[in-house]
Amino acid sequence: MSIDTETARKVAKLARIKVEDDALPALAAEFSNILGFIEQLNEVDVDGVEPMTSVTPQRLYRRDDVVTDGDQPEQVLKNAPDAREGFFAVPKVVE
Amino acid sequence: MLDLTYDAPKPKVIAGAKHDWELVIGLEVHAQVATKAKLFSGASTQFGAEPNSNVAFVDAGMPGMLPVINEGCVAQAVKTGLGLKAQINLYSAFDRKNYFYPDLPQGYQISQLYHPIVGEGEVLVEMGPGPHDGTARVVRIERIHLEQDAGKSIHDMDPNMSFVDLNRTGVALMEIVSRPDIRGPEEAAAYVSKLRQIMRYLGTCDGNMQNGNLRADVNVSICRPGAYEKYQETQDFSHLGTRCEIKNMNSLRFIQAAIEYEARRQIAIVEDGGEVVQETRLYDPDKNETRSMRSKEEAHDYRYFPDPDLLPLEIEQAWVDDIAASLPELPDEKKARFIKDFGLSDYDASVLTADTDNASFFEAVAEGRDGKLAANWVINELFGRLKKDDREITDSPVTPDQLGGVIALISKGDISGKIAKDLFEIVYTEGGDPAVIVEERGMKQVTDMGAIEAAVDEIIAANPDQVAKAKENPKLAGWFVGQVMKATGGKANPKAVNELIAKKLAG
Repeated sequence: MSIDTETARKVAKLARIKVEDDALPALAAEFSNILGFIEQLNEVDVDGVEPMTSVTPQRLYRRDDVVTDGDQPEQVLKNAPDAREGFFAVPKVVE
Repeated sequence: MLDLTYDAPKPKVIAGAKHDWELVIGLEVHAQVATKAKLFSGASTQFGAEPNSNVAFVDAGMPGMLPVINEGCVAQAVKTGLGLKAQINLYSAFDRKNYFYPDLPQGYQISQLYHPIVGEGEVLVEMGPGPHDGTARVVRIERIHLEQDAGKSIHDMDPNMSFVDLNRTGVALMEIVSRPDIRGPEEAAAYVSKLRQIMRYLGTCDGNMQNGNLRADVNVSICRPGAYEKYQETQDFSHLGTRCEIKNMNSLRFIQAAIEYEARRQIAIVEDGGEVVQETRLYDPDKNETRSMRSKEEAHDYRYFPDPDLLPLEIEQAWVDDIAASLPELPDEKKARFIKDFGLSDYDASVLTADTDNASFFEAVAEGRDGKLAANWVINELFGRLKKDDREITDSPVTPDQLGGVIALISKGDISGKIAKDLFEIVYTEGGDPAVIVEERGMKQVTDMGAIEAAVDEIIAANPDQVAKAKENPKLAGWFVGQVMKATGGKANPKAVNELIAKKLAG
């Protein structure tokens, strides 16, 4: 499977990563390489093999329904470029 | 199997300029799971807290933080599934749905696309009062999955900025997905009400639509009469029209209005020779119209993939069985029991089982008494009186014991229906034991035939003209009954008075 520069542009846009036009062909080639490798893996017969979800055999850890966190608005907002009246302030996003 | 059986309501038909059209509707209902803490963090779910105070670092998408699932949310989803008679999947898994928005700090929502926790179920949706009264639609549930809610953006506090509050970020939602089995705006509203009722019985969702803890996305398409039946036979969607999704509605009234508008919009397009484009639309209640959210179309490439931070969620059948054993009596069962045990009408049983507070109040009143009489008094007198004062049943000044006392006095023949209403008002406003009030204030019905006869004789003797007229026209006997009741302060037994007067006038 080969990825063209338009697809590379779209993927970059969806990921909100700015890629200059002249960098797109190289990026597309890299994507194509990765997908080529995955296609190679697809050739392996995995019929009857359960997908591995973890390297160690363990059960999903669960917490009890108890409030143990929060009450730290100053910490939460500390790295915000702009915060007002306890809110994150961002450029207007409504259409 | 369901105990209650009804005919299905007729689908809504809208007349276009050229043809008749039917509607096909499916809903995705987002119900906030009633728990103390969030789905993957220990922050509180409390509504109305100071902005950004119910936020753990994992909710804020801080680097290096990992989600840890809240078992309470899982139990609530299982309980909801059981309440909708649905299959519980012992194996489910979480996926990331990727998109960017300021109130989604992780850059993705953790959801369950491929392996939801709950599979197929069904809901009995009774219609009416109204044109579909006495009918019900069985709506199939396709799935329920657990997912995270997003935060809240506030756009009207500043002309150039949006303000973001992450308190709701990461709160657990159940997305309940129906099959396209709903055939009209009223049915859609009734379906959401029924889900709300079941979840409130279960205690798995507060169902407060104003606070946004129950919201719905509505899929609407149109088809010509007959096409839906072909879809039903084959489950082939090509018999149906192209659907549009109206997002994020939190009012039953808006849901109905939006469906109505959207159907008419699609009919106009198709009859004009155009094609409906599959898209997401927003309903604007001020203008009563839906409009396209085209600018967001591109963002709809969500690039789902399994969340590498979370192992699959595996639960044991024994745990599910424990939850099943703890289920309360559900609305359909309760309604069927009220009809059978208390001899109530379908309508009265529906009203009394609308929520558990109403139902338990009624049961306490009816216990060991005349069920039908109790239903009449709870629905007509008590609910009416509470409504006048804008009070809830939970803060009724009359207790079930007191109302039961009033009813017992009627059943015993101690008081007439009219006096009972006066007595009810006294109990409602002043409180006290109805039996004691009746004694103390001399409200007891006069059943002493001698006393009643004396009163009758007195009225007859004093009104010879009326007696003459009544002998010619027996319908005028009612006037004498009224006079006797007045003379006895309403306490004479009306039946005895009627009989006596009839006898005396005839004699």
